[in-house]
Amino acid sequence: MPTYANRTAEALGALGVPTRRAIFEQLGERPSAVVDLAARLPVSRPAVSQHLKVLKDAGLVRDVQEGTRRVYSLDPAGIDGLRDYLDRFWNTALHSFKTRVEQQEETP
Amino acid sequence: MTDTTTAITTSIVVDAPVDTAFAVFTGDMASWWPPEHHLLQAPLDSMVFEARAGGRIYDVGTDGSECQWARVLAYDPPNRVVFSWDISLQWQIETDPAKASEVEVRFLPEGERRTRVELEHRHIDRHGEGWEAMRDGVGSDEGWGVGLQRFARHVAQTSAAEV
Repeated sequence: MPTYANRTAEALGALGVPTRRAIFEQLGERPSAVVDLAARLPVSRPAVSQHLKVLKDAGLVRDVQEGTRRVYSLDPAGIDGLRDYLDRFWNTALHSFKTRVEQQEETP
Repeated sequence: MTDTTTAITTSIVVDAPVDTAFAVFTGDMASWWPPEHHLLQAPLDSMVFEARAGGRIYDVGTDGSECQWARVLAYDPPNRVVFSWDISLQWQIETDPAKASEVEVRFLPEGERRTRVELEHRHIDRHGEGWEAMRDGVGSDEGWGVGLQRFARHVAQTSAAEV
């Protein structure tokens, strides 16, 4: 199940590293640039960037360019995965079901 | 009826009698189930829906492997079926029934050859505290506030425990 499965597993995996969790929690308090995160955590800027990339790939974090700064924040869409996933899944499934039932009706 | 924040509902009208709609939904699931949505490692051979309360719903792979992902909680042909959703937030089979959500499907005749199918997937929050905190975070007026931080911590703890 692509969205739910991959996203959830990826998101959980991405948060399995303590430093990355710390970054994620920091972003939960306020959107921040790499330099801000590096100042607040005992991690180098390149390491922060690397962790942010993983969080972004997992759909947990998004970034916006603000002037010369790239600001990272938590991505609502990525985290609200299960409900969205189920909503989309059942809509797809019921449409497929309708097609199938109506075919059956035409060729008893 | 149900707390909408922990449930999703959807419906569709099909041009078929209620008996046919019910029979295809329960008895021929593999014919309409989105094909990429299976937990099996092997390609899907069939989906089995045991037509009774207490029955199982499971997928069978071409290699003979089985994956049971639901329990039939109510079976009232041709109007209603309820089954559990035994799939965890980690996308694994959930073995604790208390942590499973459930799906109710109602088949309402709207004419001899017309049926409304209403589906409710509810108690999604049972999949874990992570889900609830997640919902609070997303749904609160503050947006990403306290709820999200709780969620972040919870998910972090859960995933840390699994690593």
